[in-house]
Amino acid sequence: MTDRIECRFADLKQKKRAALVTFVTAGDPDYETSLKIIKGLPKAGADIIEFGMPFTDPMADGPAIQAAGLRALHGGQTMKKTLKLVKAFRAGDKETPVVLMGYYNPIYVYGVEKFLGDAKAAGVDGLIVVDLPPEEDDELCIPAMKAGINFIRLATPTTDDKRAPAVFKNTSGFVYYVSVLGITGTKAPDLKSVERNVNRLRKHTNLPIAVGFGVKTAEQARAIARSADGIVVGSALVTAVKDSLTKAGKSSPRTVKAVHSLVSDIARGVRS
Amino acid sequence: MTTAQVNSYRTGPDEKGLFGIYGGRFVAETLMPLILELEQAYKDAKADPSFQAELDSFLEHYVGRPSPLYFAERLTEHLGGAKIYFKRDELNHTGAHKINNVMGQILLARRMGKKRIIAETGAGQHGVATATACARFGLECIVYMGSVDIERQKPNVFRMKLLGAEVVPALSGSRTLKDALNEALRDWVANVEDTFYCIGTVAGPHPYPEMVRDFQSIIGNETKRQMLAREGRLPDSLVAAIGGGSNAMGLFHPFLDDKDVEIIGVEAAGLGLRTKKHAASITGGKPGILHGNRTYLLMDDDGQITEGHSISAGLDYPGIGPEHSWLHDMKRVQYVAATDKEALAAFQLCCRLEGIIPALEPSHAMAHVMKIAPTKPKDHLMVMNLCGRGDKDIFTVADILGVKL
Repeated sequence: MTDRIECRFADLKQKKRAALVTFVTAGDPDYETSLKIIKGLPKAGADIIEFGMPFTDPMADGPAIQAAGLRALHGGQTMKKTLKLVKAFRAGDKETPVVLMGYYNPIYVYGVEKFLGDAKAAGVDGLIVVDLPPEEDDELCIPAMKAGINFIRLATPTTDDKRAPAVFKNTSGFVYYVSVLGITGTKAPDLKSVERNVNRLRKHTNLPIAVGFGVKTAEQARAIARSADGIVVGSALVTAVKDSLTKAGKSSPRTVKAVHSLVSDIARGVRS
Repeated sequence: MTTAQVNSYRTGPDEKGLFGIYGGRFVAETLMPLILELEQAYKDAKADPSFQAELDSFLEHYVGRPSPLYFAERLTEHLGGAKIYFKRDELNHTGAHKINNVMGQILLARRMGKKRIIAETGAGQHGVATATACARFGLECIVYMGSVDIERQKPNVFRMKLLGAEVVPALSGSRTLKDALNEALRDWVANVEDTFYCIGTVAGPHPYPEMVRDFQSIIGNETKRQMLAREGRLPDSLVAAIGGGSNAMGLFHPFLDDKDVEIIGVEAAGLGLRTKKHAASITGGKPGILHGNRTYLLMDDDGQITEGHSISAGLDYPGIGPEHSWLHDMKRVQYVAATDKEALAAFQLCCRLEGIIPALEPSHAMAHVMKIAPTKPKDHLMVMNLCGRGDKDIFTVADILGVKL
């Protein structure tokens, strides 16, 4: 079994706890700092790493992740460098799954086949592409699955029982349940509605379900971990990056540590 | 790129919302059910004669249609070639073609029971049109506008506020039209239950490019009728300015299968196509995915969207409607560009010769008319879409001419 995502969820199931999925933007605030951040994430308690591919026009993201993407782009981040970061991480960690998350245009411009080949070679395990709903599966989803890369689907509160079968038809790895109607990092999820929706979606899929959008604290993580198989934390981490920067917007000695200590804190919530 | 011959250029999009490879539905999952609901609602409305009758009535009595097809006699004499007609959509209520589409979408929103309308705007014309229709029907109206555009289009911002709309500055990215669109999409994702997104141009996810085109096609349909009545035949050429491309598509679409009609779209070349300061997506861009559709876009080698530049805030969008991209690949429509300078010269000429202050957007179309009309015979009938009036632009123009108001 070579699928790192499947192995990781199977392992955690035995340990009877949810996965902590951490999102940071690749190249935020610069390549070197970003590499240090992801290299230390597993030790800090991350079970799966989501790596944002920066894009100028992230239409589903809130101010925190928008700003992180722009910081990375100003720092000279490109798709090539993002894949290079994954490769550098993979050299020292063979087990932790890495999922790239972002928007379709940078992949489309890179070239779908070339991207999938390079991503696979770099050690990418899954893709989450926000602006590719099931209606556009021929674009990237089907080719990715053929190339041996999981195509992870977003399910939302608007994914009702009628639509769910289409959403879960071509997908693997895990399901990313978007817990709020809205953009990343703004509203706090309503725990009861999350639990209800996660249980509802389980009728349609056997894949693990991770919950994200708006999870910021260890307490929220602990509460959501009761019904979900994973918790995604993103905006809170990129905000920690932002708050640690110097006045000139450069990385400071605190930057790497700020992210890792927040991850450790939330990991304790997930594990308790 | 496909260049296969087709029987008709007017049958698109297909059931997936595609014009060739362009268009589609590249949106977040949260929006997908809404897009499908809208598609169905529009299909139903289109098949309902009472919807069309209601729209026609508002277009006649509230918007002031049909707009005249005017023979620009002095411009024709001055250029010494083609016989030039203006389609006077600047005479519509609110001063531009934008209201044609807005009336259609707002009537559809009412039919769908939506009470909250959101819109994006660049120069402010679509925002003003949306605020106007919302005031008329007592609907809540929120307009997203880049903070840079708010600064350079103050009169339109005030107009929207007078009409009762809330104008929300888009502070992200380059803080212009594309960012206003992003913010409107973010709003829609967060307010799916009661909100209708009234897109101002022939772009966005399916069914918007088709729907906006249909509502704007009244421009071309009237032109056809009026030209037949005036001259007893169809025009020889059509010229229109293109940002997102809604006024152009409205004029062009009814003529696409009239193969003897030469059709020309004029993009904004800004400071020049060789500089990076332009907004010519087709002439200077390449295909990519943004705002729900695949189309020609301005971007860098890494797929990051770059900013458009134009003297006209209504044209500096880094994309173009997907049907235009297809018509370009099919070579049915010719896409050219005019610079800020050329547009400004055309603007001034139109004021002096015809007593019409045009908006800076159609001034780009006129700049191209000035280039080609002299090369045509005197019996060549040329129609230019005068899609907006220039009152909103006098501050920009005064500034460039060094005049203090």
